[in-house]
Amino acid sequence: MPLSSRHLLGLQGVPKEDIQLILDTATTFREVLERPVKKVPTLQGKTIVNLFYENSTRTRISFELAQKRLSADTVNFSISTSSVSKGETFKDTIRNIEAMKVDMVVVRHAAAGTPLYLTKLCDANIINAGDGIHEHPTQALLDIYSIHEKLGRLAGLKVCIVGDVAHSRVALSNIFGLKTMGAEVSVCGPSTMIPRQIEELGVKVYYNIDEAIQANDVLNVLRIQLERKAREYFPSLREYSNYFGITEERLEKNGKDILILHPGPINRGVEISSGVADGNRQIILQQVTNGVAVRMAVLYLLGTMN
Amino acid sequence: MKIVLRNLKLVHPLQNFDDEMKDILIVDGVIEKIGSLTKQETDNAKELDFTGKVAAPGFFDMHVHLREPGREDEETVVTGCDASAAGGFTGIACMPNTEPAIDSAEVIELIKKKAKGHLVDVYPIAAATVNRKGEVISPMAELHEAGAVGFSDDGAPIKTASIVKRALEYSKMYNLPIIEHCEEETLAGGAMNESINSTLLGLTPIPSVAEDLIVMRDIMLAEYTGGKVHIAHISTKNAVELVRQAKHKGLNVTAEVTPHHFTLTDDSLKTYDTNYKMNPPLRTRADVDAILEGLKDGTIDCIASDHAPHSIEEKEAEFEYAPNGIIGLETQIGIAMTELYHKKILPFQIIVEKFAVNPRKILNLMVPLFQKGEKANLTILDPDEIWTVDISKFRSKSINSPFDKRLLTGKSVAVVNNKKMFYKNEMLEI
Repeated sequence: MPLSSRHLLGLQGVPKEDIQLILDTATTFREVLERPVKKVPTLQGKTIVNLFYENSTRTRISFELAQKRLSADTVNFSISTSSVSKGETFKDTIRNIEAMKVDMVVVRHAAAGTPLYLTKLCDANIINAGDGIHEHPTQALLDIYSIHEKLGRLAGLKVCIVGDVAHSRVALSNIFGLKTMGAEVSVCGPSTMIPRQIEELGVKVYYNIDEAIQANDVLNVLRIQLERKAREYFPSLREYSNYFGITEERLEKNGKDILILHPGPINRGVEISSGVADGNRQIILQQVTNGVAVRMAVLYLLGTMN
Repeated sequence: MKIVLRNLKLVHPLQNFDDEMKDILIVDGVIEKIGSLTKQETDNAKELDFTGKVAAPGFFDMHVHLREPGREDEETVVTGCDASAAGGFTGIACMPNTEPAIDSAEVIELIKKKAKGHLVDVYPIAAATVNRKGEVISPMAELHEAGAVGFSDDGAPIKTASIVKRALEYSKMYNLPIIEHCEEETLAGGAMNESINSTLLGLTPIPSVAEDLIVMRDIMLAEYTGGKVHIAHISTKNAVELVRQAKHKGLNVTAEVTPHHFTLTDDSLKTYDTNYKMNPPLRTRADVDAILEGLKDGTIDCIASDHAPHSIEEKEAEFEYAPNGIIGLETQIGIAMTELYHKKILPFQIIVEKFAVNPRKILNLMVPLFQKGEKANLTILDPDEIWTVDISKFRSKSINSPFDKRLLTGKSVAVVNNKKMFYKNEMLEI
């Protein structure tokens, strides 16, 4: 069974079978990554453009590694080397890239909806690597994969997304993906960072982090995106850290074994203490490793469809 | 030159006509006779038959962006007038957010010069403040003398309450309205209405309360100063209620709504089509329902297009980077007829009132009458014609409309004004 769409634009509306297929395929590639030679010829001859209109180090490297391990030819296009500064429109840039005959485009863009717009401008398979505050599907898939790897199930698990939910593309993708896989999803953060009417998505809201810890099996701790004006939404980093930061004391106090995820890069001492970030409840670096496997799975499944 | 328009049903909110079909004899652009005509009277006259059609006083759109001077690549005074005639309008008021802004008599003169001789009458609305900056009120007396019919910083609200107060006090001397684009700027600046949809689409939200606050501010200042406030493109439930209360109090407050705000909701944005990006943004079903109620009970005085041409290059962009606004001159009668008349929200006569009578009253303009000696200024409609919007046929220089390919019922078939008639895609001298 192939995927039901030839693009991965987000996890909203993606059927359970598709997510399961990606997770299963990632398991195969996860094993490849443990071999001495971590390369397979699966996407030999395919050309992939990594179109990064927004700074990203880890997501781009993760995609690039995944592509290289599938033996695809990859080209990186990032804003600093682009013609954007010369005033070329997005549409013209895409037309030019398409004229060079590429098979897939991995796109990161500050404007929500740009990956969908791309599907209308060119024939390549489009993978969303993060669009504004909309979705970041491969991050959510690797989170889901990592939770499943660690706890052995997804259905019925209680997962809480903590932090700046309103300005997070990771949060929305996680909500859709986790709910599709049968998990119970909640969010926790200062009310200024929780979108209005989020309950309509079937998500419970906590404003008290202790209650969230007690009620959940997993915390997915979002990065406070200091570069995104996030700081205007709460009084001070100190207050955020005191009331919503995940610390060892807080976890001990609630006396609970809980799994901690973080999409990185982490702000130590803000949303998560060093003790937790390096402690035995977290799987932050496994997430990074799994990220390569999950992206290999997505690239492979989309790249071998047509 | 003589022309006879045969077999028209006349609808005029300020006059009483029965349902009998009538003939109108127009000589040199002036109504000579209405009713049955003798053979002698129609000698040498050009004859057009309009059986089944309705004549109303010429429709007037009080909210049009003509883009000239400054962005003639998007629209000019002439192409905007052509679009108006094709869409069923004999008069328009144009907004001052041009480059330079309409804040001097010279710019008004320029626009009047460009519009001279056209079927469509163009009435400039001047900036309320110098260069629309919100710092100093514009030279309103001089602008009024040059022909301005109202004042607005449209595209943005007048920045501070103190300037609104001063503008209302000053414009009151000439009984001209301050036309407000209601948006509290510290709350605005997003890409779409704040709702569950903005969360799902990841688009920066504009809360409806941003509009409500400025509507409330301006209503209170209208009460305090006795000035005249007109709320442009009303879009929220609370704003409608605020205007309703203001009217109950007897304040000088009026409001307009665009066809898109009584037809579409923010559900339309799911495709990230930039032709659904406008300011104020499309709101929710509850807001649309409140607007329909406001149209019914008279809270909302008129319908105006907020015709906002944008170049394809600018609209074909990432949603968040695309400019706000859509064109509407050539679709709005069809949309109003389809959504309001055929869905039995408003009777035909009230639609005529909201398109032809009320906008002119707000701007202190004479409403053309159907009687001997009056200048012939009328819109002829076919309430039942079914047609499909085709952006490639627009007279406007721009095509940024979300209504392309939409099936509509009701259309303007001809307009008459200034000794000209636009009929069957042709401009005739009459």
